[in-house]
Amino acid sequence: MQSIPQPAIRKPFMDEPNASPAPNAARPVLTKAARSADQGPCTVADPIVRAEHLYLYYGESEALTDITMDFPRNQVTALIGPSGCGKSTYLRCLNRMNDLIDAVRTAGSIRVDGQDVLDPSIDVIELRRRVGMVFQKATPFPKSIYENVAYGLRIAGISSRNTLDETVERSLKRAALWDEVKDRLQESALGLSGGQHQRLCIARAIAVNPEIILMDEPCSALDPRSTTRIEDLIAELRGEYTIIIVTHNMQQAARVSDHTAFLYEGVLVEFGPTKQVFTNPVKKETEDYITGRFG
Amino acid sequence: MVWATGAALAAVLFFTIVLLGVVVVNAAAVFWPEAVGLVTFEDGSRVLGVRLDSAVNPDTGVRTVRFKTGNRELDPARLDFHWYEADQIREIAYPEDVFVLERLENGNFYGFLEAVRAPNLDLPETGDSGEGFRWALAAARAKQAARIVPLTDQLSSLSDRLQSVRHAVLRAEYEKKRVLAGAPAGATARLDARLADLAEQEHELKAQSDALVVEQQGQEAELGQNAAVFRTGSGATVEIPLVEIVRHYRPNAMGFGQKVAHYFSKVGELLTENPRESNTEGGLFPAIFGTVMLVFLMAVSCFPLGVLAGIYLGEYAKEGPLVRTVRIAVNNLAGIPSIVYGIFGLGFFVYGIGGLIDLWFFPERTANNMPTFGTGGILWASLTLGLLTVPVVIVSTEEALRTIPRGLREGSYALGATRFQTLVRVLLPMASPGMMTGFILAMARAAGEVAPLMITGVVKLAPDLPVDGAFPYFHPDRKFMHLGFHIYDIGFQSPNVEASKPMVYVTTMLLLVIVLSMSSLAIWLRSRMRRQFHSRTI
Repeated sequence: MQSIPQPAIRKPFMDEPNASPAPNAARPVLTKAARSADQGPCTVADPIVRAEHLYLYYGESEALTDITMDFPRNQVTALIGPSGCGKSTYLRCLNRMNDLIDAVRTAGSIRVDGQDVLDPSIDVIELRRRVGMVFQKATPFPKSIYENVAYGLRIAGISSRNTLDETVERSLKRAALWDEVKDRLQESALGLSGGQHQRLCIARAIAVNPEIILMDEPCSALDPRSTTRIEDLIAELRGEYTIIIVTHNMQQAARVSDHTAFLYEGVLVEFGPTKQVFTNPVKKETEDYITGRFG
Repeated sequence: MVWATGAALAAVLFFTIVLLGVVVVNAAAVFWPEAVGLVTFEDGSRVLGVRLDSAVNPDTGVRTVRFKTGNRELDPARLDFHWYEADQIREIAYPEDVFVLERLENGNFYGFLEAVRAPNLDLPETGDSGEGFRWALAAARAKQAARIVPLTDQLSSLSDRLQSVRHAVLRAEYEKKRVLAGAPAGATARLDARLADLAEQEHELKAQSDALVVEQQGQEAELGQNAAVFRTGSGATVEIPLVEIVRHYRPNAMGFGQKVAHYFSKVGELLTENPRESNTEGGLFPAIFGTVMLVFLMAVSCFPLGVLAGIYLGEYAKEGPLVRTVRIAVNNLAGIPSIVYGIFGLGFFVYGIGGLIDLWFFPERTANNMPTFGTGGILWASLTLGLLTVPVVIVSTEEALRTIPRGLREGSYALGATRFQTLVRVLLPMASPGMMTGFILAMARAAGEVAPLMITGVVKLAPDLPVDGAFPYFHPDRKFMHLGFHIYDIGFQSPNVEASKPMVYVTTMLLLVIVLSMSSLAIWLRSRMRRQFHSRTI
């Protein structure tokens, strides 16, 4: 298994060739109905997010089919699955980033602390402050390091110098970037390295103090050393934030997450504690995918 | 293929360099003081002149040489350039005491100083006529500044007051007519009183002004008696009033340093003085001012409009047949010939909006065929140019927004930014270099356009600048001068083509310099922005 570099702007439902299909893999041929009927219980005791019968259509094609699952509070949940299975799309539903794509329609509900985020009348701005996001490709703004981290606060109308200073320092420390940049906070963020960019984006997300941080393949464009740092960071943030991470890297999912959900062709195939999913999966497809027989 | 592409590039470069070279070489030489030769012909006659160029008549095989001989008023045909057959010239001498005079009228004068006659200037006795001449000239100028200039200023302010009284009369008469149309008799009493009052004011001002004119003429006549006597190359003596002399020098006696000083003094005159002699002499300040101000007003009007429209097209408009049509239309707008914009500007801005303004605010003047805004002016010309350049700004703004990676928008939205915050804080700063590019193109095009200006307010000679000390200080209704039009006017509308040629080169060079320096400024700003907003990682 290896991480697959992908373009930042994903059209998740286009057919892409699978990255490295094993030559003799027997592709599981299951009807969607059969698979979703087959689903076990996907609930946890204290969920922060609960998706119920979530469907998502991209134009005419169905991209997510009847997904019902919980994300446990203050833990790390990994979404895995082959390219195009809908995991990024699913992730982007949680803070309504799919609103930016015209052709997307949804059905069902996603409740964050009981509030249905798919309800068109909710305050999306407020939601996105509660549910932060880190993208596959780091996107530092063409501003100083300081202003990058302070951005979320500034647009929320906070301009007190003390608050900003404190939050910037705390967030950068939390993102394990402070020591590297503390002497050049006013320099352009574009001068940092790729790994530093991604940590800066995490600091930027932390600065607005979200409850949930969504990470869409945050390490796929990074070298192994930067990847390790991000993974360490995720481990540190765990317990304080709910983290939902999409990853192509099985080892990464196994290392950083408490729970793992496996999606295949828009259907939630299996959800459970990571240890169980990786050592003793219930479904044959999950086992095939994890062991690299397909996907 | 590589040869064809290379050759094409080389050809383009060649033509550009030739074009610039011709302008620069010719313009740079204009102010250099050329030696004045005393030409003696085989028949013994003599003439003073600057040797210019020579040509061979293809029919007769005779070589002729062209001289600038000046002294236009003395020539039977009133020409100041002559061709002489080369083999008729016995010799050319360069005597050091040849004077070149630049005058208020009739172009340059070449001659030898004979004497100074200054009956009413208080001059110290001096044996040296050259020194006496300088003394007399300085005294005459001082007297002019002390006696005549204040009179001119008074006259000009009187004429302004007279003008406003006349406008008041027009308004009162207009109101009286309207009142008469529908009101009982007696309602006009107040207006009649006002009219009588105004008539009295007008009469008084007129009398004051007439008296001043008489006084000024007297002073001028008195000062005009002070003259210097010069002998021309052919030996005739000419009396030239001192106040007519703008500048005098002796090129044959000047060292290199003096020539350089003269050169820069002439450049200074060019940049700061008003034109003389149908624009072929003197400075270009009003045209420079008009050009820069026109471009400035154009930028102020077109840039916000274009940027806002570009933002709408790029960010808010929903992609569809309508938006695509609009986009194609905007692109095509940029290709419409500028004269068409000029005609539109004349019809829409000048006659339409200007006519309406006149109708609402100055009906009495309109009724008397004295349009204020309903005639060409710098405001309408700059709005027309703004319209001409706005498509470029729209297209480049939209392009610049489009090329920003989607990740940056999403990154901003994901932090809870609204669309507007994202636009203002992230997208516009990032798009600004691209928008600057459009701005540069727009500005360069606007500064060089002449055709639309010719029907929306440019004139050969504007008596007043659009900005001056008279209330309300900025006069957007005034006509203005423009370097581009100046080139056309003096180059192709002047009766004395030879005399105006140097000025055409100088004006062209100046226009190029202004356009290039405005563009360079914008390019420098853009590269600064680029460094700020882009790096290898994006």
